[in-house]
Amino acid sequence: MAGKIIGKVGIPQDRFEIRLSGSGGQGMIFASVVLCEAIGRAGGKNVVQSQSYGPEARGGASKADIVVSTAEIYYPKAMKLDLLLAMTQEALDKYYPDLKDGGMLIVDSGLVTEVPTEKYYGVPFTRLAREEAGHIMVANVIALGAICALTDIVPLDILTDAVLARAPKGTEDRNKKALEIGYNEALKQKK
Amino acid sequence: MDRPTKRLLQGNGACVEGAIYAGMRFYAGYPITPSTEIAELCARQLPRIGGRFIQMEDEIASMAAIVGASVSGLKTMTATSGPGYSLMQENIGYAYMTETPCVIVNVQRGGPSTGLPTKVSQSDTMQARWGTHGDYNAIAVAPSSVGDTVPETIRAFNLAERFRTPVTLLLDEVIGHMREMVTLPQPGEYEVFNRVKPTARPEDFVPFELTPNLVSPMPAYREGYRYNVTGLTHDPMGFATNRADEIAVKLDKLTNKIDNFKEEIFKSRAEMMDDAEVAFVSYGSVSRATLQAASLARQAGFKVGSIQLYTIWPFDYDTIRKLCSRCRCVIVAELNMGQIVHEVEKALPENVEIQPMLRYDGEIITPEQLLARLEEVI
Amino acid sequence: MATVEKQKSDVMLNYLRPRKKFPSVWCPGCGNGIVMGAFIRAVDKLGYSKDDIAMVSGIGCTSRMPVYMDFNSLHTTHGRALAFATGVKFAQPDMKVVVITGDGDALAIGGNHFIHACRRNIDITTILINNYIYGMTGGQGSPTTPGGSYSTTTPYGNVEKHFEPCHLAIGAGASFVGRATVYHYPQLEKMIMQALEHKGFSLVEVISNCHTYFGRLNRQGDATAMLRFFKERSVTTARAKNMTAEELENKYVIGNLHEDNEKTEFCDEYQKVVDAHKA
Repeated sequence: MAGKIIGKVGIPQDRFEIRLSGSGGQGMIFASVVLCEAIGRAGGKNVVQSQSYGPEARGGASKADIVVSTAEIYYPKAMKLDLLLAMTQEALDKYYPDLKDGGMLIVDSGLVTEVPTEKYYGVPFTRLAREEAGHIMVANVIALGAICALTDIVPLDILTDAVLARAPKGTEDRNKKALEIGYNEALKQKK
Repeated sequence: MDRPTKRLLQGNGACVEGAIYAGMRFYAGYPITPSTEIAELCARQLPRIGGRFIQMEDEIASMAAIVGASVSGLKTMTATSGPGYSLMQENIGYAYMTETPCVIVNVQRGGPSTGLPTKVSQSDTMQARWGTHGDYNAIAVAPSSVGDTVPETIRAFNLAERFRTPVTLLLDEVIGHMREMVTLPQPGEYEVFNRVKPTARPEDFVPFELTPNLVSPMPAYREGYRYNVTGLTHDPMGFATNRADEIAVKLDKLTNKIDNFKEEIFKSRAEMMDDAEVAFVSYGSVSRATLQAASLARQAGFKVGSIQLYTIWPFDYDTIRKLCSRCRCVIVAELNMGQIVHEVEKALPENVEIQPMLRYDGEIITPEQLLARLEEVI
Repeated sequence: MATVEKQKSDVMLNYLRPRKKFPSVWCPGCGNGIVMGAFIRAVDKLGYSKDDIAMVSGIGCTSRMPVYMDFNSLHTTHGRALAFATGVKFAQPDMKVVVITGDGDALAIGGNHFIHACRRNIDITTILINNYIYGMTGGQGSPTTPGGSYSTTTPYGNVEKHFEPCHLAIGAGASFVGRATVYHYPQLEKMIMQALEHKGFSLVEVISNCHTYFGRLNRQGDATAMLRFFKERSVTTARAKNMTAEELENKYVIGNLHEDNEKTEFCDEYQKVVDAHKA
């Protein structure tokens, strides 16, 4: 009898699941909070964010999950990812199996060397942060810019407002620039 | 201050927003994962609205301080997890005995002992009912989303004030830490209940008077009513008693003031239950997974429903029986080794199959697990 | 002492709880009654409103005291009076909050709350009646039971060291600390008045007699004999200054031991935060 329910229904259609992963200190939690706020500000969609806590969150692979839906979000955690951002090889290795078939994979091509699929977007977020945006800290914001360009999850202007609302005073220009770098770099690769 | 009414909040943050909306102006607590954000937010927000925050030396003192402040006249709250909830139990009992309104938030984590500070659990469900020694009746409220947490915290305060009793707000690590967009309520949107004050002349005042609803009016300090509050079993005047008739009357008061209004206190959300042959019963974060599983099963054409308990205690056996009247099987899903499942067993007739769906490894129950269990019973 | 006889004192009658049944739970001759009398007269002389006084206590013989008096009384759990009192004071900073406690209540089960209340320098007056033993439960050893002394849980003599509550309070940050005995009544009454008027955490340690247990088990005689003992063994702070440590052994140094009127008080400091950040 097994499979008579699970076989008939897949993962709910009206649900978009995102995981931002990297190592502790790469700002994945911050990026997820900003992305959620932007999606929330844009309106029309429900959004839930959750993250790894405790020993799991210090060093090693760190992750934050976001579920987006136009309907009420029942289960708040990711079931099968529609989008995985991996900022390190370790995060990619750990979370790639959670990506659904045909899901979107975005990696930091400067830090990730072995990708188990040919279908992915590679942007050297950390290198761009250091060399073009002026600070390694904004690699996560560059990644947000890329996500914005590669999906229709949130418009760039609203994402920019959300980033600036959370960014520390004095870093506004750098963050704005970071978003644009990520957005434009990803756009070049968009298929 | 210009604050947008729609904000991305953690469950712990939503709890603070709800509490402040309900009129909470005094918080005493001790930091403990995963409840700490509640203390931090109260420390930041309460002075801004003229309220008071104090970090006490431990959870025993925290519970004591909120009872002292409530007797003084303020709406009070503390928040804790795991071991902290155990430490509070003696003074929670004092609050039951002295009929002092207050709200205790327990953001549940795994136990026993230090257990799993960063992992989710629902294993304090029974402690919320039976945690302190002696006979008493308990109210426990359990939201399942960040959005729910605002009105459910307000409801917890209203119940505490209305019934003059401590109320436990049972959150869990998943709800406490996850973030959702929340529309903050406008003034007047939710009813806020304040404890009934006495109207008697001070010389005629009977502090623990047996009123028709068994809830006695409660003055604040410096309102002219000087009375005795004691954790000893006491007569209506508030003086310790050893008389058998007075002892029974006091304990009946503690129990019946809540039992008599059980239908009103109980709150649940029944989805897809009208023709359900199989039902999930759950509460807290697990309800998110049961709703997901039930809705997926419906899409596949199976008559499956979901009952979410917003009020855990007092447990309303009659309502559960009515809601499940068409069910041949009820799956009780909870993050412990079996607690509420036994209450559901008491509620339902013998011909209904009851399946516990338990998880106690620090992870949340997933919709896949629930669907797999569903396949076994369909 | 608590048995009401009108001719004794109209002041006392005015402050005893009108609807509370007497006699008290205390043994005849108990020092608790003397302390209650001193407290009532101190309050009367200071002219405080009854409504403005909250008396908070824990568990033990001394902790029954608030119940007999016509103030706001909060008789709480064992050892926790200061934590409850902190809630009362912080919620109603204009009230006079007084904790009545004993050596077991304040220093054993309540030791942590005691040092932290001192540390905060919260404006609470604590009257700690030290009779060196647990009276209510029948004569067990307490943190102030002297080494070698007998109690029902130290039947062969106490092998532990004891606390000096005043030293503990000074070390923890209390800003008014004094010691009196139930024999030295005028000094006790005056010290309670000073403690009540002091802004900050004040401790009055009152050496008292539990002739029923401590006196009997340690062959110190009845209440009168114990009071005489306190009289003979007490030296004032002024005299103590010129005495050697050896001479001071087994003596009660009585008087004001510590007073700091400059130290900031917890509720005042918090109010500054509220004033600075209130929207």
